[in-house]
Amino acid sequence: MTIQEWFDKRKEAQIERRQREARMEAETVPGLWVKCVHCEAQLTKKELEENMMVCPLCEYHFRINAKTRIAQLFDKGSFQEMFKNILPTDPLEFVDTVSYKDRLENAHNKTNLDEAVITGIGTVEGHKVASAIMDFDFMGGSMGSVVGEKVTRIIEEAIKQKLPVVIITSSGGARMQESALSLMQMAKTSCALSRLDEAGLLYINILTEPTFGGVTASFGTLGDIIIAEQGARIGFAGRRVIEQTIRQSLPSDFQTAEYLLKYGQVDMVFKRSELKEKLAKVLEMHGV
Amino acid sequence: MSVLEFEKPLVEIEKKIQELKKISAESGMDLDKEIETFEQQANDYKKELYTNLKPSQKLQIARHQERPNFLDYVSLICDDFEEMHGDRTGMDDRAIIGGLAKIGESRVMLIGTQKGKSTKENLEYNFGMPQPQGYRKALRLFYHANKFNMPIVTLIDTPGAYPGISAEETGQGIAIAVNLKEMAKLSVPIIAIITGEGCSGGALGLGVANKVLMLEHSYYTVISPEGCASILWRDAAKFADAAEALKITANDLIKFNIVDGMIKEPIGGAHTNHQEMGENLKQAILDSLKELSGMSKEELRNQRYEKFRQMGAFIEG
Repeated sequence: MTIQEWFDKRKEAQIERRQREARMEAETVPGLWVKCVHCEAQLTKKELEENMMVCPLCEYHFRINAKTRIAQLFDKGSFQEMFKNILPTDPLEFVDTVSYKDRLENAHNKTNLDEAVITGIGTVEGHKVASAIMDFDFMGGSMGSVVGEKVTRIIEEAIKQKLPVVIITSSGGARMQESALSLMQMAKTSCALSRLDEAGLLYINILTEPTFGGVTASFGTLGDIIIAEQGARIGFAGRRVIEQTIRQSLPSDFQTAEYLLKYGQVDMVFKRSELKEKLAKVLEMHGV
Repeated sequence: MSVLEFEKPLVEIEKKIQELKKISAESGMDLDKEIETFEQQANDYKKELYTNLKPSQKLQIARHQERPNFLDYVSLICDDFEEMHGDRTGMDDRAIIGGLAKIGESRVMLIGTQKGKSTKENLEYNFGMPQPQGYRKALRLFYHANKFNMPIVTLIDTPGAYPGISAEETGQGIAIAVNLKEMAKLSVPIIAIITGEGCSGGALGLGVANKVLMLEHSYYTVISPEGCASILWRDAAKFADAAEALKITANDLIKFNIVDGMIKEPIGGAHTNHQEMGENLKQAILDSLKELSGMSKEELRNQRYEKFRQMGAFIEG
């Protein structure tokens, strides 16, 4: 992009923003407007939804939940959920400032989900895949026994049906309230993937905002192909922990999808709008 | 030797006994009976104290500066050891050390995390916090052991994988993940032993084994109690509550079928008697090797898979 082009684009964005603000003044119904986290533009909810929850001005990718992701990625009506009957419990009877039982109930009420992952089989432009889609809104997408079990079962199902596996991550890491039982889900899911390897089946990761900790250090990065969504933050340790450890500030783009691409940690970075088409192409190029 | 806060009453009693002995020697009074009684009481107290330690107290023993580290165990339990260096892609991470070892009559691949005892050593070993290159070195040694049919023994004592810039840039998460997956495929017996701190994925990266054991005062957890307290309690000072809630001790983890057994420590903790600790550890390793020696390659892989496959707690509605 030349400097002139950059100025033109910026001017266009300014004009659009002013128009938006004028529209907003006329429109006073609350709840219809959303402010972009990144460029602070006022957007209508409708236009944001129509643009796959991506800011039309600055391309900021809003975090989306599992159901929205399924609707965007899978052919309409093709996704059949499996293992919905695997439900969380409280093996440690864990209580911090709030009990784990209450946290689970609050998460259920907020999301209408039973856990932080949805598993099932669906088609992407006709390609049949076994899939797990994580949901950050349910306790930060944290991995406890249920996430580990459902991910393991869908991998086992893929081996049984000889299907490729696509896992879309969005998680803060392992779930503290299940302590070592959560930790062992890293081993369990990775062991299952060792069998997928031996069965010669394709495994694709799609890493989305945010993917950290125990998920990054297990099934989240074991894909034969690792795709990251534009702008997603991905890492093992959290930014704050690293800053505290090394006592220096980090580059602003540290741990973004683009940063990881530069360091050879992911295969591809795609915009949300091109994700489905690109995923289908990668599947196609493996003959599945 | 540094004294932990909860050990102070014990130190007081021992001081009193020393004083009595001194008085007896100087004055010629016969205090043998009294001294013996006090010594008996001190011993009983000590036994009781160390068998009923709270998780937060075990935490302190597990992190004790003078606790035997990996290289101490190498000299305590190995009849021979030759280190193998490097990940073959440009680094020899000193936080993970491994090599060819002879323990009794058994030839094994011995790998572990190494902590220092002084500032200088801690800088060299990065406080026992491995980088991706450390996990990749371990993986290289796993493959070597697999090729030459050597059992693998890992000794784990780490506060976690290193949280740093280059660790992220070179794939800390991926390095651990790959180890978890590849350990599942190996056809040799694997024994993993938590000797001190078994913190998070950084510990698990050497822990997918046929048999998992813990030293009596070691701990194994998904996150450090301090880290957990600062997130969930919003106050790192609540670490003792977090240590309790996280169920981090050997006894807890045996109940959850995550750990297979506990190795006794000398009364007072491993740091009080390296020799005895070394003997206990060596015996546990030899027993485990013997136990696994009759299994075929396929049985070893299946047993390891099934062991981790059943871990977790959920309701199937």
